[in-house]
Amino acid sequence: MTDNDMLFDYLLRLGDNSLILGQRLAEWCGHAPMLEEDLALTNIGLDLLGQARMFLSYAGEVEGKGRDEDRLAYFRDTKDWRNLLLLEQPNGDFAATMARQFFFDSFQYLQFEALARSSDERLAGIAAKSLKETTYHRRHSTDWIIRLGDGTDESHEKMQRAIDAIWGYLPEMFDMDAVDDAMVADGIGVDVTALRTAWDGYVNDVLAEATLIRPEDSWSVRGSRDGKHSEHLGYILAEMQFLPRAYPDAKW
Amino acid sequence: MDSSDWELEELEAAFQEKVGAEKRIEPKDWMPDKYRQTLIRQMSQHAHSEVVGMLPEGNWLTRAPSLKRKTILMAKIQDEGGHGLYLYSATETLGISRDEMFEQLHSGKAKYSSIFNYPTLNWADIGAIGWLVDGAAITNQIALCRCSYGPYARAMIRICKEESFHQRQGYEIMMTMAQGTEEQREMAQDALNRWWWPTLMMFGPNDANSANSAQSMKWKIKRQSNDDLRQKFVDATVPQAEFLNLRIPDDKLKWNEERKHYDFGEIDWEEFKAVVKGNGLCNRERLQARVEAHDGGKWVRDAALAYARKKESRKAKAA
Repeated sequence: MTDNDMLFDYLLRLGDNSLILGQRLAEWCGHAPMLEEDLALTNIGLDLLGQARMFLSYAGEVEGKGRDEDRLAYFRDTKDWRNLLLLEQPNGDFAATMARQFFFDSFQYLQFEALARSSDERLAGIAAKSLKETTYHRRHSTDWIIRLGDGTDESHEKMQRAIDAIWGYLPEMFDMDAVDDAMVADGIGVDVTALRTAWDGYVNDVLAEATLIRPEDSWSVRGSRDGKHSEHLGYILAEMQFLPRAYPDAKW
Repeated sequence: MDSSDWELEELEAAFQEKVGAEKRIEPKDWMPDKYRQTLIRQMSQHAHSEVVGMLPEGNWLTRAPSLKRKTILMAKIQDEGGHGLYLYSATETLGISRDEMFEQLHSGKAKYSSIFNYPTLNWADIGAIGWLVDGAAITNQIALCRCSYGPYARAMIRICKEESFHQRQGYEIMMTMAQGTEEQREMAQDALNRWWWPTLMMFGPNDANSANSAQSMKWKIKRQSNDDLRQKFVDATVPQAEFLNLRIPDDKLKWNEERKHYDFGEIDWEEFKAVVKGNGLCNRERLQARVEAHDGGKWVRDAALAYARKKESRKAKAA
């Protein structure tokens, strides 16, 4: 891999994370537990879509093969997607959606904070804008973790179960491979291992306030950096990519 | 007649005079009970329509064919949720709670616009909804901006601004589709074929058969008749369809030089009644989706309430 290939891959990871989570949130549209949450979830989804478009457009330019944001979003199959496994997991109930959102927001907040200092000015700019959005996302999901954890017995149980069910997808956020190492060495990317302590601190405080138990680290699943995914991603793509794939000559 | 009847008559006369003088009625003002009930019915139906209306468009959100289109559609649906919220709040000023309004929707007592009982089957439907359905809604709502009830009139002014953006994006989708590949053109024509007549039905029964119209006109809740508004919409929309080079599915559609309006065919009111009664393609799914979201979300709302109470009592103890 050349440096350019690595930057391309790195940008794909960032863009795919935002896009797949945004796509998942779009599934909630019109079905949220209250109208205010319909608005909040579409708001967050819109931010994520906006981030995805900036990252993927940049990725396409770095690659230099004429692929724009849509070519990258609609004409890649599962093995070429780089989103975290956590983000392709199904929405489940509101507790499951909020658990997925909370752990990722808490990570993304720290990652964007660091990325905003990237030596790559364009990337730093996107990260700075995204950090503002993620600050709101994290506050929103944090509030729900606390409300549901410390709400009723039923909500507490649902929230705890949701956290237990995705716990093993979280370690992947802090993995580093050759691409990450190269990006860190160039001053472009973030050493995510260095975010772990701050992430643990924040997450532990919130879980304690929510009267929830932090699960044991007994299992972990990984693979997205190499294009290995759960079976869910294929269905997300089948749905998302249907029109441009079915009518490849059409402009929309 | 006893003194309270006299009093009521005086109040009603003063109310009608105020309405006649184009003064706005505000929540704390006296109003006839029927005026209040009419507004609750109409405004809650309007709010429900915004919220149920999120579903047919949400149906294509995960399948929007470009990231730009997905973004625009998501923002549009979010606007509609916002309109719903705003209209529920405006209706609450008449002394009914949002929960009560939901109960009425879920039990079938309150209606929502029957247009949303039709399915969105291809991507051009998203264009057709923006262009036609939102276009018809704007025609209705511009008239409502001068409605006698202050909170409703103000809600309409704000909502109309966003709706005109919705209509433009819908027309732009139709234009892209109509000028696209043969298959896209077919989708656009198919969407127009399916949405045209249901859109004309949105203006309600013909004036001669409109039960609530006369009283609503007198109270200035309604400012223009169903048929006038429908004509206005047809006149504005036919040239737009011609520009797209799409055919409106009505053999009787023709410019009438004498009237300076388009003549158009008779609406199939039997279909209208059948869909209102529950025989549309999506009636059950739409209502079920709302009931499931509400009932399925009860534990979330309960938790939020329980937490707020706990926090309150902890604060009280600490003080």
